[in-house]
Amino acid sequence: MAVRFTPWLIAIAALVLGILFPWLKTPLIIALSYGFAALGVSILIRAGQVSFGHAGFTCLAGYAAAAISRTWPATDALVLLLAGVLCGLVSGAVVGLFVARYRAIFFGMLNLALSMVLFAVLGKFYHITGGTDGLRLERPPLAGMALERAPFETALLAIVAVLVVVACWAIRRFYAAPMGQALIAIKTNEVRLEYLGLSARRVFWTGYVISATLCGFSGAMFALIQGLVTPEMGYWVRSGEFVFIAILGGAAHPVGAFIGALGFETLKLVASAVMTGIWQLVIGVVLLILIFVAPNGLSAILVRFERRTRTV
Amino acid sequence: MQSLLQIRGLTLSFGAVVVAAGYDFDLHANERLAVIGANGAGKTTFINMVTGYIKPNAGTISFDGRDITKLNPREIVRLGVGRSFQLPQLFLEQTVRESIELSVVARSRRLSMFTPLAASASSKEVDHVLEVVGLTARAHELCSSLPEGHRKLLDVAMALVLQPKLLIMDEPTSGVAADEKHPLMATIMGALAERKVTSIFVEHDVDIVNKYATRVAAWISGRIAADGSPEKVMNDPEVRSVVLGH
Amino acid sequence: MNSSLLLLGLLDGITQAAVLFLVALGMTLIFGVMRILNVAHGSFYAFGGYAAASASVYLASSGESLGAALMPLLAGAVVMGLLLGAIIEFGLVRRILNMDPAMQLLATFAVFMVLEDLQRLIWGVNPVSISAAVDLMGTVKVGAVNYNAYQLLLLPAVAVVIYFGLTLSLGRTKFGRQILAVTHNREVSMAMGINAKRVGLLTFCIGAILGTLGGALAAPTTSLVPGIGGDMMVLSFAVVAVAGLGQITGTAIAAILIGMAKAFAVYLFPEVEVLVPYLIMVLVLLWRPEGLFAVAQARRV
Repeated sequence: MAVRFTPWLIAIAALVLGILFPWLKTPLIIALSYGFAALGVSILIRAGQVSFGHAGFTCLAGYAAAAISRTWPATDALVLLLAGVLCGLVSGAVVGLFVARYRAIFFGMLNLALSMVLFAVLGKFYHITGGTDGLRLERPPLAGMALERAPFETALLAIVAVLVVVACWAIRRFYAAPMGQALIAIKTNEVRLEYLGLSARRVFWTGYVISATLCGFSGAMFALIQGLVTPEMGYWVRSGEFVFIAILGGAAHPVGAFIGALGFETLKLVASAVMTGIWQLVIGVVLLILIFVAPNGLSAILVRFERRTRTV
Repeated sequence: MQSLLQIRGLTLSFGAVVVAAGYDFDLHANERLAVIGANGAGKTTFINMVTGYIKPNAGTISFDGRDITKLNPREIVRLGVGRSFQLPQLFLEQTVRESIELSVVARSRRLSMFTPLAASASSKEVDHVLEVVGLTARAHELCSSLPEGHRKLLDVAMALVLQPKLLIMDEPTSGVAADEKHPLMATIMGALAERKVTSIFVEHDVDIVNKYATRVAAWISGRIAADGSPEKVMNDPEVRSVVLGH
Repeated sequence: MNSSLLLLGLLDGITQAAVLFLVALGMTLIFGVMRILNVAHGSFYAFGGYAAASASVYLASSGESLGAALMPLLAGAVVMGLLLGAIIEFGLVRRILNMDPAMQLLATFAVFMVLEDLQRLIWGVNPVSISAAVDLMGTVKVGAVNYNAYQLLLLPAVAVVIYFGLTLSLGRTKFGRQILAVTHNREVSMAMGINAKRVGLLTFCIGAILGTLGGALAAPTTSLVPGIGGDMMVLSFAVVAVAGLGQITGTAIAAILIGMAKAFAVYLFPEVEVLVPYLIMVLVLLWRPEGLFAVAQARRV
């Protein structure tokens, strides 16, 4: 049951690495945040749909957290994270109402367009949004304590590591549950789903809300660790990176998103260490190789053994 | 006795092509109606209209006293109409068992996001359905790996599980090996009789029609050319020449 | 708003539309024939612009003749378009034709990432400008307004010539009709003996050249910096989505619509200039997901 323990492996490894090598904490937190966003994207990929606009949700949540923190600086980091989650939930629910009936390339396009609208608004309305410079947020208290940078980072790492385990468990249960199974059925036969008396639109909307909520958490966490939110968080290339990570890691099992994200961030670090300004080149080349070598993503290699013994 | 399915003046044309020339039609409970006709005569279009997949240009369809002309497939299914397809519509990346379980849960219309599917559907019922249609041995196979006859069975089983009052089957035995056709139909019709389900089935095989239908309707170029008992319709001269090819 | 502002908006709109049309046309042509959305298409625009700039520097003459200023632009565009188009089509695109659409997107996205850094490595991060062609063509007076002849006359002229050239050759030349056949149905056209692979390669190169041409012709009017490829990618995609994938005349109309909207936004409400194309895209997609000019598809089942 290799796959069942991988989330734990990742969480523990992240914590250990972060404690042994403190400079790794920030990249790890960023990587795992990306993982949450990629997990959101991969939920919809299970339904056969690729969104090229989910960075919009991480971006909106990040800005929400930043705005709240700047207005009320005593707001606890945990509250800010919750705010990000709620922002994702609500924005996903609202946007989902319009978007849930679209499929295939039109779905991808509409999500892209919406995220670019957000990007454009954030970049241009300088006085409210800080324009292309973005918004800074000061380090907030966490669980009531004012922490220095190092313990703050450790605390965030611990939070995100624990939540990786929780998220993998919860989403796995979701996939095994009727709603998750109905979502997966959308990919192969939406007509049949309708002829079972189920509303594919409602099922897809549910998946969409969950995916946006995960992105909301990702954005808030990103805001906290970076101390800065910029419109770039919502740019289409960022959405593309999430899709990249989701597919690279494999959508069959939720842990794939985190494996993909860690791989992505590692490549980024290694490439930057070799030479600045070539990480996109390196990742692009690696991705091209992987597309031909492992089209089902890295986690599929792990999941292959679990196919016939489907228990939760 | 009020008819279960009542169709009045059902008309559909695409431009100059008349696909449905105005049907008037009553189907009563417990009838087993065989629909025969050449390919392209409008049989599947008729089914698509009755199940809400296509909207007619004119006319009304009533099911169980309710006007369903404008409803979509999902709403019509919820009123008690089940359908199986000429090309089986299956969840290709899920297993046979999962497909039945999902159909069982769909009946309750409550989709849990947390309780596993297997626990949400009565395993007794699922086991029973699998046994009735003879798919128990293949329960854990992916739908995509099923041979044709089994695909049809699963397709029908999923519709049956919904406990419809009317089951419409589009060519249930087409693509099935010759020696499996009768056992397949016997299984399905037995299950329907057990549950007192009215049925409409599109069929090309004359033996099957004669054996299982209580009534036959023949489609020729978008109109119902003959409608009545199997003896009457199968011996109708126009039907014999155009549909049966004698 | 006063009439010269209105006029300026109109003229700006025309010049923006011209470049947008060229780039979007390349994207939609490739999609029509190969059913692939090339995420790296904006990079063709960027590379075309940079190639034109480099060519202008290397082929620098005494700089008085318009022809000498335009030739490097054209040469740079064609050479770069052919190079990128051929390498990408042969090396990647034809091998992913049968993959899941999500994988295809990912593959071209990977190409985009590679090209972004390649661009930075080759031409650096400092802005690059060339302006000879614009300076040489001087200005024209339209009403009360002075406008660059290059932007007002040359760019739209090229766009118009290409539009009619393409539409005519698609209908009248053998190769054009092959393109149409493959666009309508790849399998059937192959069964009819058309070499779909060759059609694909040539179409991809044409599409790439249209992209690089857009970039090359736009180069004298703007400054080339990292990121213009990504920006042009989404912008031309907005045009294509609004028009309907694979629609040539529709793309022209959508380019004009979006070009005009952007131009007028600058004068009326500058903050929304970047926003406007995507807002239009959202509204169109919500109303007509297939695009404004898409042909209705037949129903299946």
